Amino acid sequence: MTAEEIYKSLSAKFGEALVESKLDAPQPFLVLDPKRMKEVSLFLRDDEALQFDFCSCVSGVDYNNGKLGAIYHLASMVHKHKIVLKAFCTRENPHIQSVASVWGGADWHEREAYDLLGIIFDEHPDLRRILLPYDWEGYPLRKDYKVPEFYNGMKVPY
Amino acid sequence: MTETRTLPTRYVTHPGELKTSSGRSLRTDEMIINMGPQHPSTHGVLRLEVVLDGEIVVDVIPHIGYLHRCFEKHAEHMTNYQQVIPYCDRMDYLSSMNNDWAYALAVERMMKIEVPPRVETIRVIMAELQRIASHLIAVGTYGIDMGAFTPFLWAFRDRERILDLFEMTCGARLLYNYIWIGGLSHDLPPGFVDKAKAFCTYFKPNIKELNDLLSYNEIFVKRTANVGVLPADVGINYGVSGPTLRGSGVNWDLRRDDPYGIYDKFEWEVQVGKGERGTLGDCWDRYIVRVREMEESVKIIEQALAVLPEGNVQAAIPKRIRPDSAEIYVRTETARGELGFYVVSDGTASPYRLKARAPAFVNLSVLPEISRGCMLADLVAIVGSVDIVLGEVDR
Amino acid sequence: MGLLDQRFENSNVLVTSLEGLLNWARLSSLWQMQFGLACCAIEMMAASASNFDMMRFGVIPRATPRQTDVMIVSGTVTLKMASRIKRLYDQMAEPRYVISMGSCSNCGGPYWEHGYHVLKGVDRVIPVDVYVPGCPPRPEALLEGLMKLQEKVRKESLVKKTA
Repeated sequence: MTAEEIYKSLSAKFGEALVESKLDAPQPFLVLDPKRMKEVSLFLRDDEALQFDFCSCVSGVDYNNGKLGAIYHLASMVHKHKIVLKAFCTRENPHIQSVASVWGGADWHEREAYDLLGIIFDEHPDLRRILLPYDWEGYPLRKDYKVPEFYNGMKVPY
Repeated sequence: MTETRTLPTRYVTHPGELKTSSGRSLRTDEMIINMGPQHPSTHGVLRLEVVLDGEIVVDVIPHIGYLHRCFEKHAEHMTNYQQVIPYCDRMDYLSSMNNDWAYALAVERMMKIEVPPRVETIRVIMAELQRIASHLIAVGTYGIDMGAFTPFLWAFRDRERILDLFEMTCGARLLYNYIWIGGLSHDLPPGFVDKAKAFCTYFKPNIKELNDLLSYNEIFVKRTANVGVLPADVGINYGVSGPTLRGSGVNWDLRRDDPYGIYDKFEWEVQVGKGERGTLGDCWDRYIVRVREMEESVKIIEQALAVLPEGNVQAAIPKRIRPDSAEIYVRTETARGELGFYVVSDGTASPYRLKARAPAFVNLSVLPEISRGCMLADLVAIVGSVDIVLGEVDR
Repeated sequence: MGLLDQRFENSNVLVTSLEGLLNWARLSSLWQMQFGLACCAIEMMAASASNFDMMRFGVIPRATPRQTDVMIVSGTVTLKMASRIKRLYDQMAEPRYVISMGSCSNCGGPYWEHGYHVLKGVDRVIPVDVYVPGCPPRPEALLEGLMKLQEKVRKESLVKKTA
């Protein structure tokens, strides 16, 4: 299935949930409503013609203009097509609906995005820090992150 | 439209079912123990919080991050794209060549750089040699986990021969920085082809030796067959990839299914688990897929050495690599599975954001699913069969 | 200078100092703690495997800190791991030694500048006897570091503190 066909079948079912799309990019992507991630994802996974059964990667990005994003790279092992989903939120209100119940692989990726960028995935089963210690302060991959001077009595800078 | 993931049925614990002779029930409590971060069979600094009922594992909660080395932050702070490559080396330190290739490929696709045929062939040779070296460590240390020390020594003996080849090529034993954007750091040294051919001839009988020693060893089979069964649908849902997924019988290999390099020019087969010694997708299947992949890699190397063309080892690339504002996700097959790099460029000389989709990170996340209901001693077998590298899990 | 070459001819008698005997016994069986942190751990494994055979120095990997004499810190120490390393070190019985293997545990290595989660040198939490440079050090370099540690142990004194 090409990106255009995927877009058509999605927009027919979820009109307003599709915020934006760029189908002529080298890797076409669709921007979704961050509050409706789950239903769209379920459809993408379970529809016979789409069958996106493999969630490759979830990456959080800080766009440095007050906007954070989660980028989902999906692939279908059955039909061998790919699509990229994006969901954006603001720094003040960093909420995106989790898809961890749709793809188990998204679970840890979302936790990582929460850990390093502070994106809160609503309805995530276990949203805790994953790489950094639980008492860590701040989100290191945000562009304005300042390295702390001390952590637990240990000097951090060189 | 079902939302919940169905789990494979396994024997479950029955707390409180034990009865005394007088008929009173003996309540058994759950016990929580920590495995790691310093534990010889967690393959690094992984901590597993294990909830036990007697000796049966009720739940496992992996705690990672003890080796979080801020790879992604470093990538953003480098002054140019090439400087990221040494950090890619250190991510999955058992298959550095594959990591370098994945990153170089991502930037090359972004910049639309075509690399010369000699480079493509050398990259395939290096990646497959690296795959053998990595699988040798996987099966060797898996032997130790199962109480067999000799396979470890034998595997390292053969691995050293591969490292010698790498060393004569680029001077390093472990972290090579050899595959660069648009080419290689330098050409193969004289005599490499003969030595690599000699290695293939030397190595092929050793796989049979390994099979006799470990793979079909009755004790080893008893410890690994029917243990830690990963059903194919659960594996796919969790994004598991590489030999861990192929062990469950899923015929999926990015070298063939999302082609990169020149793998399509060679004849080789994707090895999948068949459930020969137990249930499909058990630890033994995952193990044997690695052993058989080594045979396939030798086949690829021999074919690549035979057709190695002459030519330049560096494509014509701009002095400063500045991709236009764009983004790309490129995935390749390393020894552990799908390694993806998501590169976001803002037009400057270094990546704006670089996310590494590490195969071991995702493979590890399925561990609780496949180890519930097993014995504590089997947990060691399961962790070893997933073959994680903590440098890559934590990045 | 070994111990056995001071033996009286054709007899089981040898004369040495108590210190010399203790030090000789210690340096010939430096049991190593079996735990790896990062890339260097692979080279440490290679050093104890076939081609390099670290066991000929009496270095036997033990899985628990209570049975070990030397801790080889092989790899990047992160802030999350540092407290665990400190605790493992505290669990080791005296006399105990630490070899810091590789640039990362010496000083932070390639992660010295932007590594917000990397401890810049393991000597910020535990004392280190021998530093082995390299990224990663070759197994030969680790063996050299081990021999340097043996030299250090050989010079130890019961009465005066050396370090």
